[in-house]
Parts: sequence; C-alpha cells; structure tokens
Amino acid sequence: MPKSKIRALDGAHAVAEAMRQINPDVVAAYPITPQTAIVQTFSNFVADGLVDTEFVAVESEHAAMSTCIGASAAGGRVMTATASAGLALMWEVVYVAASLHLPIVMPVVNRALSAPLNIHCDHSDSMGTRDAGWIQLYSENPQEAYDNVIQAVRIAERLLLPVMVMQDGFITGHGVERVDVLDDGTVKGFIGEYKPEHSLLDVDNPATYGTWDMYDFYFEHKRQQTDALSKALPAIVEVGEEYGELTGRKYGIFEAYGMDDAEMAIVVLSSSAGTARMVVRGLREKGVKIGLFKPRVFRPFPAKEFAEALADVKAVGVLDRSIVFGAMDGLGPGPLYLELCAALFAAGNTTTRVADYVFGLGGRDIIPAYVEQVAQDLAEIAETGEVKTPVSYLGLRE
Amino acid sequence: MAIKLKEIANKEERLVAGHRFCAGCAEPILTRQILNAIDDPVVLSCATSCMEIATSIYPYSSWRVPWIHSAFENASSTIAGAEAMYRSLVRQGKIEDRGLKFIAFGGDGATYDIGLQWISGCFERGHKMMYVCFDNEAYMNTGIQRSSATPLGAHTTTSPAGTVIPGKQQWRKPLTEIFAAHHIPYVAQASPSRWRDLMNKAQKGVAADGPAFLNVIAPCPRGWRHEPEEAIELAKLAVETCYWPLYEVENGQWKLNFKPREKKPIIVWLERQGRFRHLFQPQFRHVIDEIQAKVDEEWERLLERCGEA
Ligand SMILES: Cc1ncc(C[n+]2csc(CCOP(=O)(O)OP(=O)(O)O)c2C)c(N)n1
Repeated sequence: MPKSKIRALDGAHAVAEAMRQINPDVVAAYPITPQTAIVQTFSNFVADGLVDTEFVAVESEHAAMSTCIGASAAGGRVMTATASAGLALMWEVVYVAASLHLPIVMPVVNRALSAPLNIHCDHSDSMGTRDAGWIQLYSENPQEAYDNVIQAVRIAERLLLPVMVMQDGFITGHGVERVDVLDDGTVKGFIGEYKPEHSLLDVDNPATYGTWDMYDFYFEHKRQQTDALSKALPAIVEVGEEYGELTGRKYGIFEAYGMDDAEMAIVVLSSSAGTARMVVRGLREKGVKIGLFKPRVFRPFPAKEFAEALADVKAVGVLDRSIVFGAMDGLGPGPLYLELCAALFAAGNTTTRVADYVFGLGGRDIIPAYVEQVAQDLAEIAETGEVKTPVSYLGLRE
Repeated sequence: MAIKLKEIANKEERLVAGHRFCAGCAEPILTRQILNAIDDPVVLSCATSCMEIATSIYPYSSWRVPWIHSAFENASSTIAGAEAMYRSLVRQGKIEDRGLKFIAFGGDGATYDIGLQWISGCFERGHKMMYVCFDNEAYMNTGIQRSSATPLGAHTTTSPAGTVIPGKQQWRKPLTEIFAAHHIPYVAQASPSRWRDLMNKAQKGVAADGPAFLNVIAPCPRGWRHEPEEAIELAKLAVETCYWPLYEVENGQWKLNFKPREKKPIIVWLERQGRFRHLFQPQFRHVIDEIQAKVDEEWERLLERCGEA
C-alpha cells in the first residue's frame, strides 16, 4: 500500500486537495456556492506556490469553460469546477469541450437550478448536461469524490473525452468525513505525464480546430463521438481496478450491496446511497431480500451492465434527484429512471418492474423512513407484478 | 520594425487563397495585412463569423497557422486559455519559449455585443494577447442584422428602413474608447486602406506587454451594398470623413495617426452605400445631418484627447 494520510475533509476540500496533487497546468474557474470552497482552497495553493498551475480567475463560468477549451487544445492538463447556474451558463461550451475531444476534468458540486433560487443539492445541473458528451461519475462521499477526480484525469486523457465528477452540494461538499489522502508522489505516479497527440501550440504542425462542418461531415463526426463514448466503460473499469490495486479502494461502474439474491432493489446516485444502504442493511437483517444498486457511471450509461445486474430483480425503486420536465405525460420522472427503463426494455427484460421516486429537490432531506416506504412499495410490486404509481415523490407536501 | 513592401510581398501567406469570403470582402485583406506584419509564430482564435465559416469549411482549412474556433462570444477567452497554457508550460520548462503571439479575431457582433464581457475579463486579467475586431458594422454572417456597431440610419435586416422608421435608430457604441478605458498597454483603430498604419499597429499590438486591441473597419459589399471593388475605397472615405479616425492609445498616450488635410463631409461616404439609400428621401434627410453631427462631435472629442484641438 502506498503512503497515505487520514484527514478530516469535506468533499470540496477533498477535491481541492486532489487538484493540488494533480497539479494541472491551467485551472480556470469561477466561484458558486457550494463549489466555492474548491476554487478558494485551490487559490490558496496557488498563492502559496504549492502548485505550478496557471490559475485564471475568470469573470464567468462560460469564460471558465472557454478558457479551459483554449488551454486544453494547447496541450496541457486543465481543470475547472462548478455547480448549478454556473454549469447552466457554460452549457454551450460544455458541448464544445466534448465535441473537440478535450480531456478536461470538471468537479461539479450538485446544486438545484433556478427559479426559485436555491443553493442546495439536487442533480438538475449535471443531469441537464447529461447529453453533452461528457463522461459523468457520481460520488457518494468525500472519499469517492477525491478518488474519482484522480481517476478522471487518467480516464479523460486515455479516451480524449472530458469528465465531470459529481458530489452532492452541502451534504458531501460541506460534510466533513474521514478521507484517506494519498501522498503526492503516489498521485503523481498514478496520473503520469500527459503527452498530448496534438497541440494548438505546435506552430510547426499547424492544425485547424473547431471547423465549420456541414451536412456532408457533421453527422460522421457526431457518430465518432458516440463511438468514443461507447468505448469508455472498459477504460473506466481498468483505471478503477488499477486504482484499487494501488489504494485498496477499487472502483467499477456501480456498487451492488446485498444484490446477490435480491428480489427488490433500490437504485440511487451519490450521497443518498448512504441512507439507502443503512435501510437496506436493516431490512436484510430482518430477512427481506432487498439490495442497493448505486451507479457510479451515468455517462456513458452502462445499459447492458445495469440490465444484467438487475435481470433477476422483480421490483426496482429508482430514486431520482431531478425531474425530466414533461417526460411521460408530464408525470415528471427523473433521468435515472428513464435510462434504466430503456436499458431493461432494450435487454428484452419483461419481468422486472420499475417505479420512480423523485426526492430531495432543492436540498430536501431524505430520511430512512422514505426509503422504508419505497421498500414497502417494492414488496407489493414484487408480489403483484404491478406498478400502481410509476412516478411518486418522497417527502413532498401535496 | 520598418515595413518594406517588397519584403511583405514575398512573405509566406498565413491565410491562403481558396477561402470562401465574398468577392471584395475586407476581412481577408485586413487579416493578411495584420498577419503579414508579424514575424513571430502566431496562434489564432476566431469567433463565429463570416471569417470562421469562410476559412474552415471541413475538410479544408485556409490557415497555415494554428487556429481554433470555439463559439461566437468567446474567441478572447479561448485564446487567453491557450496563452495561459503557453505561459504555464514555458514556466515549468515543459516546452521552450519560442515567442508565440496569441491573437483573437472577431466581428463587431462578437466584439461590441455578445462577447464584450469575455474580452473585458481577458483584458482586466492582463493576458498577453491581441484582440482584433473586423468591424463591418453588422452581423453579416447571419444575413446583415444590426449590431451596436451599426451606425445611425443604416438599413439592416433587423433595423430595416421602412416607411416610418429610417433604419437604425441609435448611434454606435464607442468601443475603441471602451477598451482604451481598460487601460491596457495598446489600443488602436485602423483601416485596411492605410495598410502601413494598420501593419505598424499590428506589430505594436503583439509587442505590447499585455493585452492589445485593434479595431479595424471592414467594408462589406453585401451588407453595405457597394460594388466588390469599392471596399478599400470606402474604408479610405471612412477615414477621410473622420467617421473612422485612425488613432492609437499607447500606454495611456492618445495619438492621432492621420488628420485629413480637408475633412470630407459624411455624405460622400453615405451616398456610395445602398444601406443608406433611403436617407436621401426628403423625409429622412435630417438623419444625414444627425450622422454628420455625431461624426463631428466624436472627431472633436478625439482631437482634444490627442492634444490636436
Ligand atoms: C450564442 C450565439 N448566438 C447567435 C449566433 C448566431 N451568429 C453566428 S455569427 C453571427 C453574427 C456574426 O457577426 P459579426 O460578429 O459582426 O461577424 P461577421 O459575420 O459580420 O463577420 C451570429 C448572430 C451564434 N453562433 N451563437
């Protein structure tokens, strides 16, 4: 095992620490609650000469991503971080970054979108960019956020695709936990040197980036982009395994807890998996055949793997922390549910029943009782094979 | 460094033939003048514009130098990112310093309007970059819509000359002054008709120790409604009427670079362009006087600023 140190860190500081160790060549970022601690902490590292980074304290998130695009095209390691309105503001260029195959790494501290204004956690921001061509990793706690950011560098540079690493605003971002922080040399060794294939700075071999692309080629280029994403999972798994060998913390594309003989499953991303795991553990002790399924990778969506993992489950309760407005007759399911249903359908699964539970919007707490309620529903669904309410809301006053 | 016609004529072009600019467009002319003036290796970014779509039609490229387009409003931040990376890699000893110059190109739409904040941010942070605005006074790429560079009375497709309203109702934004007010090392206004002046300014811009801004007038045959062979002539008249004065602000020092012996009336410039045709109807002629008054007012203010009053 490499040297490491146990520290008490919240998710934002854990990510800032990872950024210090990654030592990107350029960071361009703009503050927004609850991401602010990341830029502030990183600014201190810059001020104290602890990193070699050229830190560009831009005037907006759109400029942050625009600067990252120019910097990444210029052939070095580039990072930014954002949340909520910041991610929404940069939406246009979030697409550009992916479409130009730039390996930018962006921690996102999930926060609700306006209006009304709300600074607390839900996944509307990152889910709003789920189709932009980025790889998306979701983290349950500060440790995972830290580990995912370090792995994201390798994943991005290997695939030439940008990677977003999510953690829940405040809950994880401001929640202090035990974090095993690797020593600097270990991180340096793991991420290695970045050797870009092309660089805008290569004046001897000038290249044109971001062309005008018409109906005669654009379609093929978009196809190449999906192709790149379709090859991402094995790379993500490989990097996760290598990281596991190094640190003892192995990462795959999902975490399954109590799933071996499960007839029911709760599917949830990020910090709420902690609450769900606790409830599942309690139910397991009572002999209930229920498991927890926590996706780590949302983009690319591991449809085959998820369908396989849930093939023998009778009833699945998806917990979604955002709404796809207008989907399913306007019932307002979440994206995780929609993607999972599509995955099961495409796999020819006609037996697994799925219900969606939207929860926690704008930072509303999820408490064990809500998850227990889901488990009760699932028991009924498993028995009857019938989903009475495809989309419901947890902890909502109607 | 002195610009010798013979030398620049023999230099390798950085923007090469085969591009798809309209006949008579001033954009490639001024771009070649600028790039020809600079001996150092350059890295370019370009805003979404006529220039972008005329020079980078996949799978072709007219650029013999590194060039990137990201979006409409962010050519400044894009080149600033590349410049930041260059500084970082050189400082860390990861690459050698070859004196690269970083230049962003954008139209008046990208510069006066949608990208103003991005440029302002880059200038405040002091990136060593030059931003060039090719000012054809409207959004030409999308079919001649008004911008805040469009002058009073001009017909565009979103400020059309109707029976009641005679074209654009506002004057233009004093953009060169706005960037001069950023107190960056070098700001200048230029014209492709006075190429030596423009090329000098390009050299000064990239040599500046910090951000530089060039605002270059770029007559557009399609948008201004003139014959293709008249672009340089119209740029010249814009200068001689003092509609487009040539000046520079170097480390805070304002300097007028050209004072016409005889200031021509604005009407000689207006009457050559179809976009002002409606102003010559009796009911709209007063707009010509208003334009003249605006030109005079700005010219007087400039003379005063340059100590020429
Ligand atoms: C965010 C955004 N809004 C609008 C457009 C559409 N658009 C593309 S180029 C352009 C106008 C460009 O005008 P200008 O900057 O003056 O350059 P020109 O085409 O005249 O050279 C517009 C409106 C866009 N590409 N992106």
